[in-house]
Amino acid sequence: MAPRPVEIALATLVAGLVLVPLAMVIWRAGGLGALGGLGAADYAAIRFSLWQAVLSATISVVLAIPVARALARRQFPLRGALITLLGAPFILPVIVAVLGLLAVFGQSGVVSQLLQAVGLPPLSIYGLHGVVLAHVFFNLPLATRLILQGWLAIPAERFRLAATLNLPPSAMFRLIEGPMLRSVLPGAFVVIFVICLSSFAVALTLGGGPAATTVELAIYQAFRFDFDLAHAATLSLVQLGLAGLAGLLALRMALPTGMGAGLDRVVRRWDRGSAWLDGLCIGVVALFLLLPLSMILAKGVPGLFDLPASIWQAALYSIIVAIVSTALCLAIALPLCGSLGATVGLIGIAISPLVLGTGLFLLVLPFANPFDLALPVTAMVNTLMSLPFVLRALSPAVTELRTDYGRLSQSLGLTGLRWWWRIGVPRLRRPIGFSAGLTAALSMGDLGVITLFADPDRATLPLQMYRLMGAYRMDAAAGAAVLLLGLSLGLFWLFDRGARVNADV
Amino acid sequence: MLTFDNLEIAQGDFRLTANFAVQPGGIIAVMGPSGAGKSTLLNAVAGFTPVTGGHIAWGQTDLGPLSPQSRPIAMLFQDQNLFPHLTAFENAALALTPRRRLTTDQQAQVNAALARVDLAGFEGRKPGALSGGQQSRVALARVMLQGKPLVLLDEPFAALGPALKAEMLDLVAEITHSSGATVMMVSHDPADARRIADQVVLVADGVAHEPAPTAKLLDNPPPSLRDYLGDSVMRKT
Repeated sequence: MAPRPVEIALATLVAGLVLVPLAMVIWRAGGLGALGGLGAADYAAIRFSLWQAVLSATISVVLAIPVARALARRQFPLRGALITLLGAPFILPVIVAVLGLLAVFGQSGVVSQLLQAVGLPPLSIYGLHGVVLAHVFFNLPLATRLILQGWLAIPAERFRLAATLNLPPSAMFRLIEGPMLRSVLPGAFVVIFVICLSSFAVALTLGGGPAATTVELAIYQAFRFDFDLAHAATLSLVQLGLAGLAGLLALRMALPTGMGAGLDRVVRRWDRGSAWLDGLCIGVVALFLLLPLSMILAKGVPGLFDLPASIWQAALYSIIVAIVSTALCLAIALPLCGSLGATVGLIGIAISPLVLGTGLFLLVLPFANPFDLALPVTAMVNTLMSLPFVLRALSPAVTELRTDYGRLSQSLGLTGLRWWWRIGVPRLRRPIGFSAGLTAALSMGDLGVITLFADPDRATLPLQMYRLMGAYRMDAAAGAAVLLLGLSLGLFWLFDRGARVNADV
Repeated sequence: MLTFDNLEIAQGDFRLTANFAVQPGGIIAVMGPSGAGKSTLLNAVAGFTPVTGGHIAWGQTDLGPLSPQSRPIAMLFQDQNLFPHLTAFENAALALTPRRRLTTDQQAQVNAALARVDLAGFEGRKPGALSGGQQSRVALARVMLQGKPLVLLDEPFAALGPALKAEMLDLVAEITHSSGATVMMVSHDPADARRIADQVVLVADGVAHEPAPTAKLLDNPPPSLRDYLGDSVMRKT
């Protein structure tokens, strides 16, 4: 189907929203030649970005292998709940997870207290290992789901054949599981590497200092601490290069599709391996994911009733931003799901919120006070950030609907908006609800571009929570974390579940 | 009158030509081997398959420049003829308006059409709660409400059992006879053609042939049709 004018217009709009700020960044940096003027600290940031991403991806993927194998071959109570939990970090606000990890692994966290009880020094979570720890917290579940998909995709016949041949475990691995892992692991590694490469909120909260600054964080520091816009622009150029590199890497590889359905199966096989080992893997992962979140709930719920007024104000702003970006994202994504969706989704890969933010800041600076535009800019950037995910969730469903009912709709004159109103929206309720939930939750928990634009009067909830943490008001921060967690998951639930009620397929 | 004027449809290696006219007001069966282009011919008439040469005209009107919905055509496909999230009433009502709200007059029309196909009392059911035959009836009610002079059937009853299929074909004949519409229907079964078709268009070897009277053609089939029909042609119903 040839692109319609509305699709071309929307695709151009999205491209413009991304490319104009990028052009602004390049121009302000003084062209690509500016890269010659990078200092030692900048190179350190580049090295750190790459190194922590390699470490995070490697550790996540390696640890995920035994966990995925255990989940693939064991049936146990709450298995489904655990797999759902593995999907949760995707919509979990980073700042909430960080606070939870601090409560467990921080200087005065649970683990440090245990260590001190036996006369050992407490842990220090700040620095490279803290950044990697948080990235593993977020990406180990993702890696587990991706590898689990690989395991469940192995045809049952192969395991049956292996059983009749009485293959020893080593041969089993060489012939069946090894080849599967060889095809799945590189994709999982690249996805996580790309995610961690442009990590900002984790580096902001757990990194910092010359030894643990990512390029994204360096942009923020050049911006906020030195107000050196030229330097921020130059660093944005560097980040753009890194993202381009990552994008190329991702394009060369068949990337796994993230939100796989049908993980509720168990592979039936006749060599069960060690139940103890599998139990240990599953138990440790469940503890690793649940303990930080439980700590937050335990600490935050009591403080929920005397939160500072600024938190409620920020929560309101965040809800508005989330709803606006959800509406915008769907309004852009739905018409684009046909022919141009894939191309527009690719643009999203190259986006880094901080780079985009820097460009937008430079763009509005001559005309208005950028700080007045903090919330609209945040809503817009959040929209663009969610777009690739939403397009990927919606496109297959829209294509299928058009294949099944395209001719009937056309012969009845159901086209354009009428088609969306009578056929598209009712038939696509579930993927639309899921996409809306995803966008709202991501936007609600985002701590990115807002850090560049915010002033004391206008903060989103994640930013306000970060400020409380910075002021060591940990009880209030824990209360805010519970509120943020509730709002993020609540918005996701509201949209996703709301769309399932009475949805007849 | 439906006119195929030096029509040519080419897609890769596939090529189909047609050069004849169909008199209005009858039922024409389109028969021929699989892959010969029976559905393609109907889709070209409906505007879903691009035409590479010649013209299709209804009366004096060249259909070429018209979009599918502006052609004087109602069409039923092999499957997916009803939207699963809409009730029988809503599905049929789409013939009159894409809006959700109907005028009192339109409501009466839809109810009358559903009653005509024996579905009074089933208005509020969704397709999932209807049998295959009932689903076909809803689709026929919608065709009736569309009131188009040309009806194209691309084997919409193929999934029904023989008795039910015969029942549907009789209903088609009854409805279109009273409205005076022209019907073109793809068929695999000579019994279907003998049952309701006045004429048969044979599609074989890249050509859609001029319509011939059903009995005459099926009693003395040309070689290409004989190969396709095999022994079944001898069976008269």
